[in-house]
Amino acid sequence: MTQDSRRGLALVAPPLGYAVALLAGPLLAIFLFSFWTQDYLTIDRTPTLGNYREALSDPIYRTIMLRSLWISATVTIVTVILAFPVAYYVSFRIRPDRKSFWLFLITIPFWTSYLLRIFLWKVILGYNGVMNSGLIGLRIIDEPLTALLYNANAVIITLSHAFAPFAILPIFVALEKIDRALLEAGRDLGESAATTFLRVTLPLAMPGVVAALLIVFIPTVGDYVTPAQVGGSGGQMIANMIQTQFLGLNNAPMGATLAVIAMVLVTIISLATVWLARRLAGGRT
Amino acid sequence: MTETRRAARTGDDPLIRLRGVDKHFGDYHALRGLDLDIRAGEFFSLLGPSGCGKTTLLRVIAGFEDVSAGTVTLDGRDMHGVSANKRPTNMVFQSYAIFPHLSVEQNVGFGLRKLDGTKAEKAARVAEALEMVGLAGYGARAAHALSGGQRQRVALARALVLRPKVLLLDEPLSALDKKMREQMQVELIRLQRQVGITFILVTHDQEEALVMSDRIAVMFEGEIAQVAEAEALYRRPASRRVAEFIGVMNFLPARVSGDVVAVAGLGEMRIDALQSTAHADGDSVAGFRPETATLLFPGQEASDRVADGIVQEVVYYGDMTYYDVMLDGAETAVRISMRNVFGRPVLEIGTRTRLAWSPGAVTLFR
Repeated sequence: MTQDSRRGLALVAPPLGYAVALLAGPLLAIFLFSFWTQDYLTIDRTPTLGNYREALSDPIYRTIMLRSLWISATVTIVTVILAFPVAYYVSFRIRPDRKSFWLFLITIPFWTSYLLRIFLWKVILGYNGVMNSGLIGLRIIDEPLTALLYNANAVIITLSHAFAPFAILPIFVALEKIDRALLEAGRDLGESAATTFLRVTLPLAMPGVVAALLIVFIPTVGDYVTPAQVGGSGGQMIANMIQTQFLGLNNAPMGATLAVIAMVLVTIISLATVWLARRLAGGRT
Repeated sequence: MTETRRAARTGDDPLIRLRGVDKHFGDYHALRGLDLDIRAGEFFSLLGPSGCGKTTLLRVIAGFEDVSAGTVTLDGRDMHGVSANKRPTNMVFQSYAIFPHLSVEQNVGFGLRKLDGTKAEKAARVAEALEMVGLAGYGARAAHALSGGQRQRVALARALVLRPKVLLLDEPLSALDKKMREQMQVELIRLQRQVGITFILVTHDQEEALVMSDRIAVMFEGEIAQVAEAEALYRRPASRRVAEFIGVMNFLPARVSGDVVAVAGLGEMRIDALQSTAHADGDSVAGFRPETATLLFPGQEASDRVADGIVQEVVYYGDMTYYDVMLDGAETAVRISMRNVFGRPVLEIGTRTRLAWSPGAVTLFR
């Protein structure tokens, strides 16, 4: 080993050790566990695909997994669609010297803990909450709506709000990088403002949109705390099931299996998104 | 092609007519009541220092900026309220504005989408335009894989493929190196002759404007100082400022009394012997170009008048030598450029010398 590479290794050793101990190690453990079986209080270490067979055939797991993907996909699409106009407005309509102030405003949701924000949504969406009393006060409804809280909708609303800044920022960065002369060129070559947006702005913003899609989708699939707090029984997601397997049912191998399946699905969907975006954007993303 | 061009130019109505065009950006008065006619088929340049409003004027013609007052008429049509995408103009942007997500072909064909014609016809037009700018066979290239010169050609092809009435060029050569720039100047002239479209070029480079244009408008601070053909602009500048901006000119204090002008260092001459933009009696300024006067060999005779002086500075350029000569009776030196023809020695600093000059090459300024 040369002097240089030894020094390099010494430099990266602490974070490398950290990554191995706290990321690679647990991942490997999860992976191993998924091929083992829980035998009451002990773990049977004979490799088997039984967990996977069960996870893929039992309707409860399938329902919860699909629901997770569906909720997460909805959150992602809602968040990105709502984030785009905000990013566009800040990038195109705000004076350059005020942009950083606007970005600062966008980070305001992060000033309180996520758990507090969830509780605030409970206050807003609850049976006697702000939304219901407001609608009753306006005589739009007679009885409080129960469809607001403790279901999948509540999970979608809460997560979309929480992840908005994560979607706004990458889209904003992509829009900022667009040479404004390109938009004038679009107009100059006969396109209206709307078609210039579709033919120039949107394709060039795609890298940011794809980043936003992934940044929202990947963590929300595995979100645990939101469905646990506002999801009720119909809004439980895969992370809740994994937690139940590990701690409630004392079936770590099944929990590990579900975790691996969730990771594989997220990977496949993410890669497919990138691939699709690349196809649509002509190989530039 | 030259014939049709001349025919087009003698047409009665100008292709572009600007009357009283004013443009304010907040407190900043960018264009101050411009009147300008640009004829069909000519290569017209807007020349001026940065901040003089030339790019703003180009953008007004393109439709990217509204006018605060005044009218823009293009091909007989008032352009008020007509947005850029509805105007018969196309622009070559300073940054070229090549769409980075599209191929060369898609860039050039960008504006053809809305036009009639089959896919094959449009593809043929794109190929023809690429051929015209010397990029035949580059159609499938990605835009980001192009050099600066190639990007410019794509920008040209993309604009020309739409056969606009006017092609607007916003400092198109400023991003290129000197060699490439000179080559593109020649190509742009050739291209303009070939297509016969009116070109309006914005530039701050006086040499570029002189080389390329049929006519040039010199602009300072939002106003047009002079509109003239290249040679007229150089030989008969309308003001001292134009004379200073176009090429090099020597200025000497002058005094007018009646029909006679006394110029420091050159002596007296009749006012009708020289070019004059001022006839009032009193203090004035006389100017002449470095190449209109000659330093004489010892014993050489002059055809016209002679002034004496001392060589103060010598700058040797190989083919040329520039001398700064302090004429007797003058307070500032004048610059004289001499071709280094065979047998002529380069003079040394401090040499007494004789300057041959003609009143006909001297311009008197207000």
